[in-house]
Amino acid sequence: MDTLSDLADGVVNGDESKVSALTAQAIDTEGSAKRILDDGLIRGMTIVGERFKAHEIFLPDVLMAAKAMYVGLGLLRPLLIEENVDSLAKVVVGSVQGDLHDIGKNLVGIMLKGAGFEVIDLGNDVSPSRFVEAAKEHDASVIGLSALLTTTMPVMKSVVDEVRSQGLGDRVKTIVGGAPVSEDFARKIGADAYGFDAANAVDKVKTLVGKN
Amino acid sequence: MNDTSTVAAAELIPSRGAVLELQGIPRGHVVPREIESLCDQAMALFVQTAEPAGIIKRVSAAEFATIYAGEGRNEPQTPVAEIFPRADRLALIAVTLGPSISREISERFQSDDLALACMLDAVASVAADHLAETVQQRHVDRRRELKEIDQEARALRYSPGYCGWHLSGQRALFGFLDPEPIGLSLRDSFLMDPLKSVSGVVLIGAGWIHAFDNAYPFCTDCHARGCRERMDVLGQG
Repeated sequence: MDTLSDLADGVVNGDESKVSALTAQAIDTEGSAKRILDDGLIRGMTIVGERFKAHEIFLPDVLMAAKAMYVGLGLLRPLLIEENVDSLAKVVVGSVQGDLHDIGKNLVGIMLKGAGFEVIDLGNDVSPSRFVEAAKEHDASVIGLSALLTTTMPVMKSVVDEVRSQGLGDRVKTIVGGAPVSEDFARKIGADAYGFDAANAVDKVKTLVGKN
Repeated sequence: MNDTSTVAAAELIPSRGAVLELQGIPRGHVVPREIESLCDQAMALFVQTAEPAGIIKRVSAAEFATIYAGEGRNEPQTPVAEIFPRADRLALIAVTLGPSISREISERFQSDDLALACMLDAVASVAADHLAETVQQRHVDRRRELKEIDQEARALRYSPGYCGWHLSGQRALFGFLDPEPIGLSLRDSFLMDPLKSVSGVVLIGAGWIHAFDNAYPFCTDCHARGCRERMDVLGQG
């Protein structure tokens, strides 16, 4: 197994010390930080995402893998900046105003980072204007909205409407998700996509930004 | 009169199965040793950081009608609006696991200790519900001792934010219940601080009063199934 395949394997197994050692080794031998990122760390998280989708592994496995990936990413980051490596796109995520449930949203953010996106996490209880301002400030391509309470779901529509009313609909896409949210609801409020779980949300975001 | 009480964190430790189930792992699924170990760590952290407390206060149907009306933002028809007039006894309830555990979860997420943060969050979520059940059950047992309700009476808790009861209803609920003595306050957005808290109304009466068809207009947009599961437990599904 070559170093980058081994590195991907370390991510899959959530083996932080292996990822740390192999990232350091790859930096010395591989030359390209972008290649280490794509063929090592992201490749590992892609395998994790596929296994998660297939219910072969579960949330804690994904989170242990993500933590291992972050260790590698931390070592790689200065080189990525040096090489001017861009993320796939920027995504603003948050739980909508009045909603404090953020585990699902956190997982989406973690898996988006694992897929190569830059994630701006606004946390929970986020107002519609804050979502839109953050998207403008960070030049984000996608806003990801999460809700767990049925009574906060209408706030998702407020965000979608705010994006449109500010004339951002062409360049900022919206995706919604959360336990009570459905594809029908997403369509009804005019959201661009619905993610039924974190892995599906990553696929949908990739489609929204044309990276699938 | 308000009845405040505390519960030892150790009494609220959830089963490993319940914690893992909340993270999408089916009951009975054999998990790797690393995940078992994470779960054990989270349970230990829970005992160290949780400060469970609760408050419950009896309320009349007339008083609750005003509280429920809140800021006038509820859905026009809701299960709670139909159930509470049929209840024999009503009580407002609020419980919290205290600020330390919420801070611990948040700090672990921020330091990328993701799996343990998520595991602790799951432990706290299950335990917060368990705490609310415990405080509620003590209240129900007391009512039974005093023969205010019969042995067959069933109690269920309903919370603002669910099933058409707008979250803004928290303001009126907090105004009447005054949970400040247990360290619970309300943010401007009606969310509770500390976050790992539960509030609502306990409606006590015959089992049938809790039965409803999930055919309200807002049910068409809702994929959650908690309402059916709760009724199933009461044999009213």
